[in-house]
Amino acid sequence: MGNVERHVDYVLRTVSERDVGLIRLWFTDVLGQLKSFAITAAELEHAFTDGMGFDGSAIDGFSRTVENDLLVRPDASTFELLPWTGRRDTEARMFCDVTELDGTPHPGDPRQVLRRHLDAAKERGLSFLVGPEMEFFYFAEASGTTPPTPLDHGSYFDLTTSDITSELRKRTIQALETMGIPVEYSFHEDSPSQHEIDLRHTDALSMADNVMTFRLMVREIALEAGVHATFMPKPMPHVQGSGMHIHLSLFSDDGNVFADGDDPLKLSATARSFVAGLLRHAPEMTAVTNQLVNSYKRLVTGSEAPSYVTWARSNRSALVRVPPTRPGREDSVRLEFRSPDSACNPYLVFSLLLAAGMRGIDAGYELAEQTDDDLAALDEAEVAARGIGSLPRSLAEALDTMASSALVREALGEHIFTWFLRNKRSEWADYRAQVTPFELERYLPVW
Amino acid sequence: MKPIVVFPDPPSDLARALDVTGRIWKIAESSDVERRLRPDAGWAAAIVIVRGRSDTAAAMVAALRDEGPDTPVLVVTDAAGLGALGRSGCSFDDFCVSPVRPAELAFRLERLTNASDGTGTVPDDLVTYGPLMINPVTYQAMVDGAPLDLTYMEYELLKYFAQHPGRVCTREVLLSQVWGYDYYGGARTVDVHVRRLRAKLGEPHAGLIETVRSVGYRFGRAQWG
Repeated sequence: MGNVERHVDYVLRTVSERDVGLIRLWFTDVLGQLKSFAITAAELEHAFTDGMGFDGSAIDGFSRTVENDLLVRPDASTFELLPWTGRRDTEARMFCDVTELDGTPHPGDPRQVLRRHLDAAKERGLSFLVGPEMEFFYFAEASGTTPPTPLDHGSYFDLTTSDITSELRKRTIQALETMGIPVEYSFHEDSPSQHEIDLRHTDALSMADNVMTFRLMVREIALEAGVHATFMPKPMPHVQGSGMHIHLSLFSDDGNVFADGDDPLKLSATARSFVAGLLRHAPEMTAVTNQLVNSYKRLVTGSEAPSYVTWARSNRSALVRVPPTRPGREDSVRLEFRSPDSACNPYLVFSLLLAAGMRGIDAGYELAEQTDDDLAALDEAEVAARGIGSLPRSLAEALDTMASSALVREALGEHIFTWFLRNKRSEWADYRAQVTPFELERYLPVW
Repeated sequence: MKPIVVFPDPPSDLARALDVTGRIWKIAESSDVERRLRPDAGWAAAIVIVRGRSDTAAAMVAALRDEGPDTPVLVVTDAAGLGALGRSGCSFDDFCVSPVRPAELAFRLERLTNASDGTGTVPDDLVTYGPLMINPVTYQAMVDGAPLDLTYMEYELLKYFAQHPGRVCTREVLLSQVWGYDYYGGARTVDVHVRRLRAKLGEPHAGLIETVRSVGYRFGRAQWG
């Protein structure tokens, strides 16, 4: 038996031994929303051999003018029992790849975009590992019409006793661990009702699957308690928004290619070029790393979210940070990319980060000096005078920057690139047509 | 393979332990049901559960003996029932005290069925270590009698560890022996999976897999040196 056959055999045996009634087939649309349909155990073997058909026209980013019949093909290596169903009606899930009827990868499938980038890196003997820090809020309800109500008033690292949000966070971590998604740290974040769970690094494909599972579990477990968990980037003005800082490392058979024990920052020349690639292409990628109108309310100067294209060892307003490593632990040298928010599509974001970093390596980009002072104290002209670029300030600006990027076009593929720009421009047009409370409050009384 | 008959409906720990042995088993609520279910070739073995008073169990054993004198009988009782079982004059072949440890149940069934007709799973198939039991025929793993929900690679890694207790395994050895070449994460893949396995084994058993600094991992020595 080949490796794939052994995985399939394992899944089929486990489904029968463990009496799994329903198998949920999961895939992700271009915008990063999880899609699911369920099959019974009796259908499973058929799903493995022939795939399961569905109509792609209803799914964001899969539709095309002529052919809408698509297949999902379950990836047996992602088979996990779902912890929130009781023993009586055991359910499991598998992530799927989306293909055309003839089996070729569908160009709108983000999972296969990432697979393509990881395969290319693997060809060069490189593995790309990522570890995201997921931030989110717990709110009393999600009416969408009134401002959200926080459930606690804790702050960074607060040990809040016996409050519901800490209990929810604990339950979520237990469920994640039983699903093979190890958690490195978790704590109360800076804002009221804001929490952070850091996932332990793993290969980028597994991690993108994990992020999708994570977002679902956080919301499901909150919902059981009648609480609304949200990954909306900036749900409340005047407090920090929810980011998704991503730790990146690149390994070869010889170990961590970002590490150089002789360098004062322990950074190899390869790592410096990779950082230069991230920085140069960051503005072009921003529409994808921060894909909502609301995302840009988080990326403002003076908050902990980056708004300028800089790197530093420990400056927390930098776009790329090189976290210090303990002496003798050069293996843990890594980069932290800080602009994405937790409402992004992890498959596409990981793809772009790898593509930008690899471009930096291949083209031998030079890395500028780090910026270790606080740019919030300067005005924009002073920052520009120092040759420091800015991230796009709105979704509209980000889309314009993306539209002229050859790197993003190539990395996402023509289909997703075009669809994404069209979809998001329409979202921006909807937003522009709105009259906001800000305008009413400020202008109505005086004009 | 001949099935096993279980009288009456087993508690969940015993049912899971039976599942993991990979044997076919049927529930008989009474001797009438037992007669109706009995295959032409007879049972591989009978399991009789004693609950409270041992009268019904003793009657069932007697009925089984009348019908098929060669069918081995295993009695399962709780510790409190041991004395009464001894006095009942019931002629069983072996017994287990509940809660039943899956490895023990498998081993006792193995002895009984091999002695009677030589069928049943090959004992070498079951991989056991302390509280851990793995059945490679059914791909199921249990710790302390509770099934583990593992992915295929987690299962293969745990099986490899359990087959090589006490040995220091380098990441390279584990990658080549367990993974082959089909993975994305490089040598870090091993660390990632060990971390996931420890989480799934749970706090009391996470220490079964010990990190050997700058070398790799060792299974089993931390608790059973």
